[in-house]
Amino acid sequence: MTASTTNPPLPTKRRNRVARTRLAADSGFVVIVSLVMAFLYTPILILVIYSFNDNRTLTWPLSGFTTSWYEKLFSNDQLLTAIGNSFYVASCSTVLTLLVGVPAALALHRFKFPGKTVFRRLLLLPIALPGIVTGISMLNMFKMFGFNLSLETVIIGHATALLAVVVTQVFARLQRLPKSLSEASSDLGAGPLQTFIYVTLPNIRTALIGAGLLSFVLSFDEIPVTFFLTGRDNTLPMYIYSTMRRGVTPEINAVGTLIVLTSLVLIAVSVIFTVRDKTGRE
Amino acid sequence: MPAIIELRQISKHYGSVIGIEHVELSVEDGEFLTLLGPSGCGKSTLLRMIGGFEEPTTGQIILSGQDVTDLPPQKRNVNMMFQDYALFPHMTVGQNIAYGLKMRGIGKVEARQKAEGALDLVSMPDKIDQMPHQMSGGQRQRVALARAIVREPKVLLLDEPLSALDANLREQMQIELKHIHDKLGITFIMVTHDQTEALVMSDRVIVMESGLIAQDGTPEDLYERPATPYVANFIGTTNLLPGQITARNEVGTRVEIGGQSLLTHYEKVPAQDSVQVGTRPEKARFLSGEDAEEDNTLLGCVVECIYHGNSLRTTVRLNDEQNFHVDAMLPMGMARAASPKPGDEVRIAVDPDNILMFEIGS
Repeated sequence: MTASTTNPPLPTKRRNRVARTRLAADSGFVVIVSLVMAFLYTPILILVIYSFNDNRTLTWPLSGFTTSWYEKLFSNDQLLTAIGNSFYVASCSTVLTLLVGVPAALALHRFKFPGKTVFRRLLLLPIALPGIVTGISMLNMFKMFGFNLSLETVIIGHATALLAVVVTQVFARLQRLPKSLSEASSDLGAGPLQTFIYVTLPNIRTALIGAGLLSFVLSFDEIPVTFFLTGRDNTLPMYIYSTMRRGVTPEINAVGTLIVLTSLVLIAVSVIFTVRDKTGRE
Repeated sequence: MPAIIELRQISKHYGSVIGIEHVELSVEDGEFLTLLGPSGCGKSTLLRMIGGFEEPTTGQIILSGQDVTDLPPQKRNVNMMFQDYALFPHMTVGQNIAYGLKMRGIGKVEARQKAEGALDLVSMPDKIDQMPHQMSGGQRQRVALARAIVREPKVLLLDEPLSALDANLREQMQIELKHIHDKLGITFIMVTHDQTEALVMSDRVIVMESGLIAQDGTPEDLYERPATPYVANFIGTTNLLPGQITARNEVGTRVEIGGQSLLTHYEKVPAQDSVQVGTRPEKARFLSGEDAEEDNTLLGCVVECIYHGNSLRTTVRLNDEQNFHVDAMLPMGMARAASPKPGDEVRIAVDPDNILMFEIGS
C-alpha cells in the first residue's frame, strides 16, 4: 500500500499519452468486434430485408415493402407440409435421443463395467461420421430388414447421429455434479429413483435443455441423412434445396426469416432457464 | 453400555491394495468416537462403510443388533454430514432439511416444524427460506448438521466436519458440536486428521495407521500413554531418542541415552534392552545453576529458540548430537529474556514419571 504513495504522480504529458494509447486500443478492439459481428450477421440481415422486398429478383436497390411473400408462403401447401414434417422429425428425434441418451449417460456415469471406454467411444463415433455414411449404411440396413422409407426412418437416422450430442453433454454435467449430492440423498432415505427425480434431474436440467435444443436444431436442418432415408415426404431443408434449382425465391427468404425468429425465441427461452438455474447455485 | 455399532473383522481390498485390514471395533450408545489418522489410513473408508456408501470386502457391520452389511444407505438408521456438506443447491435451507422427512412420508406442515426445530438447535432460526449459495461456509455447515440430525438417527457420522472452516470458527464449532452431542444423546462418529480436534471433542479416539487400528483409548490415554512412537508423534510432539536399558528394579528402569543416564517409572517396560525413549517437550524443563540436587538430567547446548506467543520452543543439541525440544509456557511477567539463548550450555530435567519407553520397531 505504501508503494502507490511513494510513486511520484506521472507528469501530465505522459499521462495524456497513456490515455491516448488506451483510447486507441479500445477503439481498435471495438472495430474488430464490429467486423466479426458484421461477418456473422450481415447475411441474415440481408435475408430478412429481401423477404420484405417488393421484387422477385434479389437486386439493389430495393423497390418497395411488401408482406406478400409471407402470404404466398402460407398458401403454399407443399412448403407448409415440409415445415410440418421438419417439426415432426426434429421433435420426435429429439425426444427419442433424450430417452435413449440420458439413461446411457447415467449408466456411463454410475456403473463400472468391462468395455466402458469402448462403449463411450462407440457412442461418440456417429457424430464424427459424415452424414452421407450414416445415411447410406442406414438405408442399406432398412432395405435389408424390409422397412419402408418414411419420416419415421428419418427420425431413427437422426436419433443415432444425435445420441452422441446428448450423451456427451449430459455425461459432462453428471461428471461435474459432486458425488456427495446423490450420496446425501440416499443417506436421507431416498431410493435410486427418488434420488434421480429430486436431486440429479434438477441439477442436470440445463444440460438437458441445451442438448435438447441443439439436437432439435441439428435435426431440423439436416440434409444428407434425410436425403437417403426419407420416402415421399420432404422436410423443409430438402424442399428448399429442391426449389433452389429454380433459383432463390423471396418466399424462401420469408421462410428463413421465420426460422431465424423461431431460433431467437428458443435461445431466449434457454437463456431464461439457464439464468434462473444459475441463481440456484454458486 | 450396549454396543450400538459393531464392526467385525472388516477388511477392504482394492485389487491387491489393502485399504483396511481386520478392523474390530465396538461403539457404545451415546459415545463421541473419533477416527483419527493421516490421509489414506482408511478412516474415511471405515466411516463410509458404516454409512453404507462402501462395502467391506470381508466382515460384518452390526447396527443395534441387526446385520446391515448389505443394506443400502437409505435403509440404515444412520445419517452422515458430508465433508463438502452436500447441500442440494436447488433447494432452500428448509427444503434441504425437510428432504429426509419427506422421504419418510412426513407431511409438509410437520416437516417444516421439525426443520425449524433443527435450525433452532444449530442456532440458525431465521434462515429457513434462504438458498444454500447465499450462506457462508459456517452457516452451510450448520444447515448440513441440521439436515443430518432432523431424522433423529441412532448414529451421526461426521466426515471431516470442520476442515473447511477457518481456525477461529473451527474452535468455536468444536465446542458447539460437543454441546449438540450432549443435548441429543445420540452416538457421534467423527473422522478427522486434526489431533487437537480429536482430543477436544471425543470421549474415545481410534488412531489409525495404514488400515490398522494403532491405538484405541480416551484422549488422555493417547496423550499420556501412547502405545507406539507413531501415536506419540501423531498426537502432539514427542522427543524420541534411542536408548539402552541398563538396570531394571523396583525403583524404576534406568536407560542410557548417548552416554547420559535417565530414570523412568514407566510401567510398560520393553523386554529388549534396546528401546526408544519418549518425552513430551512441555514435560521437560531447564535447570538454573542452583538446582544442583536434580539427578534426572540431560546436558546439551541450545541451538534454536522459536517463539509461539504463549510458549517458547527451545531446541537443544544433546552431547550425542541428537536434538531435544523443550516447550516452556510464557506466563504473565515471565520474560523471554530469562530463557536460555542459542549457544548456552543447559541442563534439562525430566521427571521419571514423564519418560515413556517403546520397543524398537513398534
